[in-house]
Amino acid sequence: MAHIKLENIRKSFGAFEVIKGVDMEIRPGEFMVFVGPSGCGKSTLLRLISGLEDATGGDLLFDGERVNDLVPSKRGIAMVFQSYALYPHMTVFENMAFGLKLSGADAGQLKARVTEAARMLQIDHLLERLPRQLSGGQRQRVAIGRAITRNPRVFLFDEPLSNLDAALRVSTRIEIARLHKKMNDTTMVYVTHDQVEAMTLADRICVLRDGKVEQIGTPLELYEQPNSTFVAGFIGSPKMNLLNGEKAGAYSCHTLGIRSEHLEIDESGRWEGRVIHSENLGSDTYVYADAGAEEPVVIRQQGNRPVAPDTAIRFSPMEAHLHRFDESGLRLR
Amino acid sequence: MAIAAESLMAAPERGISELRRQRQRAAMRFLLPMIVALLVVAAWPLMRTIYFSFTNTTLSNLDGGEWVGLGNYLNWRTLSSGRVIYRGVLADPQWWNAVWNTVCFTVISVSLETVFGVVVALVLNAEFRGRALVRAAVLIPWAIPTIVSAKMWGWMLNDQFGIINDMALSLGLISQKIAWTANPDTAMAAVIMVDVWKTTPFVALLTLAALQTVPREVYEATRIDGINPIKVFFRVTLPLIRPAILVAVIFRTLDALRMFDLVYVLTPNSAATRTMSTLARENLIDFDKFGYGSAQSTLLFLIIAIFVVAYLKLGRLDLSGEARR
Amino acid sequence: MKLLSNIAFYLLVGVIVLISVFPFYYAVLTSFETGTAIFQVNYLPVSFDFANYWSVLGARNFPRSILNSVFIATLTVAFALVLAVTAAYALSRVRFKGRGAVLLGILAVSMFPQIAVLSGLFELVRFLGIFNTPWAMIMSYTIFTLPFTVWVLTTFMRELPVELEEAAIVDGASPWVIITQVFLPLLWPAIVTTGLLAFIGAWNEFLFALTFTASETTRTVPVAIALLSGASEFEIPWGTIMAASVIVTVPIVALVLIFQRKIVSGLTAGSVKG
Repeated sequence: MAHIKLENIRKSFGAFEVIKGVDMEIRPGEFMVFVGPSGCGKSTLLRLISGLEDATGGDLLFDGERVNDLVPSKRGIAMVFQSYALYPHMTVFENMAFGLKLSGADAGQLKARVTEAARMLQIDHLLERLPRQLSGGQRQRVAIGRAITRNPRVFLFDEPLSNLDAALRVSTRIEIARLHKKMNDTTMVYVTHDQVEAMTLADRICVLRDGKVEQIGTPLELYEQPNSTFVAGFIGSPKMNLLNGEKAGAYSCHTLGIRSEHLEIDESGRWEGRVIHSENLGSDTYVYADAGAEEPVVIRQQGNRPVAPDTAIRFSPMEAHLHRFDESGLRLR
Repeated sequence: MAIAAESLMAAPERGISELRRQRQRAAMRFLLPMIVALLVVAAWPLMRTIYFSFTNTTLSNLDGGEWVGLGNYLNWRTLSSGRVIYRGVLADPQWWNAVWNTVCFTVISVSLETVFGVVVALVLNAEFRGRALVRAAVLIPWAIPTIVSAKMWGWMLNDQFGIINDMALSLGLISQKIAWTANPDTAMAAVIMVDVWKTTPFVALLTLAALQTVPREVYEATRIDGINPIKVFFRVTLPLIRPAILVAVIFRTLDALRMFDLVYVLTPNSAATRTMSTLARENLIDFDKFGYGSAQSTLLFLIIAIFVVAYLKLGRLDLSGEARR
Repeated sequence: MKLLSNIAFYLLVGVIVLISVFPFYYAVLTSFETGTAIFQVNYLPVSFDFANYWSVLGARNFPRSILNSVFIATLTVAFALVLAVTAAYALSRVRFKGRGAVLLGILAVSMFPQIAVLSGLFELVRFLGIFNTPWAMIMSYTIFTLPFTVWVLTTFMRELPVELEEAAIVDGASPWVIITQVFLPLLWPAIVTTGLLAFIGAWNEFLFALTFTASETTRTVPVAIALLSGASEFEIPWGTIMAASVIVTVPIVALVLIFQRKIVSGLTAGSVKG
C-alpha cells in the first residue's frame, strides 16, 4: 500500500521538455489510470515513477519518503511491460521467481509465492513451459504474475493490452479488474491510450496532454463534468458533440457540448440537420447528421432505429446535460 | 520504445539518478580489462617500435641501442669530394621498390577481388538448384589457411611438375614452362592470383548479404517494365549495395597493404614481390638491423593510418551507433 | 535465347566451383602420391598411398605443432571472449562520454599492420621471458582477436530488446547479473560464431608465430608447414607438404561448412557499421 505524491515533476530529454510540471497524488490502494493521446507523456510519467527514468526536477514521494534517488528495485515497485518482456530462456516458474531469487529469498519461500501467484492467475499448469510455447494472453498473465511475486507496494502497467487482439483484450481487462479487487491494498498505476480501458478499470483517471495534467477525477466525474473541450472530446465514445456558432451563442458560450445519448430526434426539435449515415449496432443506432457544424453531429437512439441517409431531421438536446465552454476550451460554470 | 532506449542510454545530465550512476560505474569496470589489454599488446609495442626506429638497435643487442634521431629515415654524408650520399629508409631504393610492389599489389588485387566478388555474389543471389553446394564450394578458398594456400598454389605453379604449366602448355597458351614464382616477371602475377583466389569469397559474402536485403519487388518491377538486366544492375542494384562493397574494399585494402604471409611463403626472396612488411621483417630479424626495420615498420603504420583517417573523414562512419539508437 | 543464357549461367557456375575447389582437390590428390607419381602431372587420382600421411604424422613434431596451435588458439579466444562480453555490454547498452572514442580506438587497433608492433612485442616477449613459448603467441594474438570479438559482440548485443533489460532492472538485477543471467543465454550462438571466427584467425596467424618461436617443438601449424623441408637442400617434399596441408585443412573446412550460415552472419555483422 503506497501513497504516491508527485510535486512539480519535470522531465526533459536534452532541450525537449516532455513533462512540464506535474502535481498529483495517488491514494493508497487506488487504481489510477494515465490516459491521453500519443506524445502526451503518460509513459514517461510512469517510467519516472518506476525509476527507469529520472526526473529533471521536482520530487517523487512514496509514503512521504523521497524516492528520486532510489533505483527501481529499491522502490518497491513492479512493472508489466507492453511487450511482456519475459526472459525467453527461462521457464514460467523461473521468470516469476527471478526477482525474488535476486533478493535472496530461500527456495521454499520462492516456491510458495510463485505457486500462489500462478494459481491466482490460473497459469499454475504452465510453470514448466518456456515463453515461446505460450499464447499472447498467457504470456501477459505470466508478466503480471512476475510482478505479483515481487509483492510490490506499487504496481505499474505500461499499455499491457496493446499487443493483444480485441477479444483477448476484453478478457484480460476483466482479469486485471479482478486482480485489483483481490489485491486491494496495492496501489496500481496504469497507462493506456484506450479510454475504454481507462473508464472500466480506473478508480480515478488522470488525463494528460502535452506533459501537463488536464484533469483528474473518477471516470464518472470526467464523463459528466469534463473541465475542458479536450477532456470532453477524449473521454466517451463516440466523442461528445462540440458545437460552435449559433447554437453555442444561444447559450452564451463559445462551444456547446452535448453527448450523443443526450440528443433526441423529435419532429418539433429545435435544431435541424440532414442525415449522412446511420451505424446500426443492434443494441444502439448512431445517426450522423450534418447540422452545419465542422463535424457531423452524432445522435444515439436505443435499439434498431436507423434513419435513411439524406433524410431531414429535427432534434433537441436535453437541457440538463449541456456543457458550456469558452474560447480557450475551458468549462464555463 | 524510443523513449525507453533514449533513457537507459542517455547522456549524463544534472540530477543524474542512482540507476544511471550505477550503470556507468559498471560500464567503466567492464571496459577496463579490455582497455588495459589493448594498451599492453598494442599501444605499448607500437610506441616501442616507433622508439626503436629512432635508434640503431640490433637484434643481438636489444638493450644497447643509441639514439640516432631521424637517422634511420634519412641521413646524409658529404664526402671530401663534395658528393652527398643519402642513406636511410627514405633514400633506400629497396624500400621504394617494396612500396611500389605493395601498392601495385593492393590496387590490382583489390580491384580484381571486388569485380569477381560481385560477380560471384550475383550468381549466388540467383535461385537455382544446387545453390547451397556452390556457396559451400565458394567458402573453401576462404577457409584454407593462407600458408596452406601458398603451398598448394606453389605446388601447382611449380615450373617442373606444376599442373598449371601442364594445362597451359596443352592448351597452347604458353610455349614453354614458366617459373611462375621464381621469375621476377611473373612472380607478382602469381601472388596476385593466389590472393584473389583466397579472398574473393570474403568480398562475395559481404556483397551477397547486401544483395539479399534488396527487396524482391524491386527486381520484379524492373522485369515488368522490361528493363535490360545490365542496366538494372548498374542503375538499381549497384547503388543499393555500394555501402557493403565499400566496406569490403576498405577491409581488403588494409589487409593488402600489410600483407606478409603469402609473399613470404610463395615467393620468398623475390625482389619483384617484396612488400613493405616482408622487407621490414627482413631487416628486423634476418639482417639484425632492428632500428632500421623499425623505421620501415613505422612508415608502413603511418601510411595505413593516413589511409584510415582519410577514409573515416570521407566516409563519416557512425561508429558509436548514435544514429541507430 | 533463354536457353543460351541459361547455359552461359551454368557454365559460369561451373567455372566458379571448379576454380574454388580444384586447388584443394589437387592437394589431396598429390598427398596420396609418392615417388615418381608425384613427378607426373595427374589430373585424376592414380594412387591411394597413405605413405605421406604416416610420414607427416610420425614426424617428431608435426602432431606437436597441431597441439600447439589448438592450445594457443583456444586460450587466445577464451581470453578474448571473457574480456569482450563485458566490454561489449558497456559499449552497446550504456551511454557514456567517450564511448565513440573507445569504439574508434578498437577499430584503429584492428587496423594496425602487425609488423608495426613486431619490434615492440619482440622486446616485450623477451622481457617477460616467454620467448619460444605458447604464451608469446597467446599474448600477441590478442591484438587482433580482442578488437574483433568486441566489435562483433557489440553489434549483436545492440540488437537485444531494451524492455528485457528494463524488466531485469526492475527485478533488481545489477549489470553483472544482466550480462550473465539474461543476455549471455540469449547470445551464446553469437558467441560461438564469434569464437569460431576468432579461432580460425588465430589458427592461421603466421608472422608472430614465425618470429616468436625458435624450435620445432614450439611451432604452430602454419610455421611448421611453411618450414617443412626434405632430406636435402634442394629436395622439396611436396607429397609430405600436401599431406600436412590436407590434415590441417580438413577440420577447418569441415567446421566452416557446418557453421556456414552462422559464419556468414558473423562476418557481415562484424563489417556492417553505422
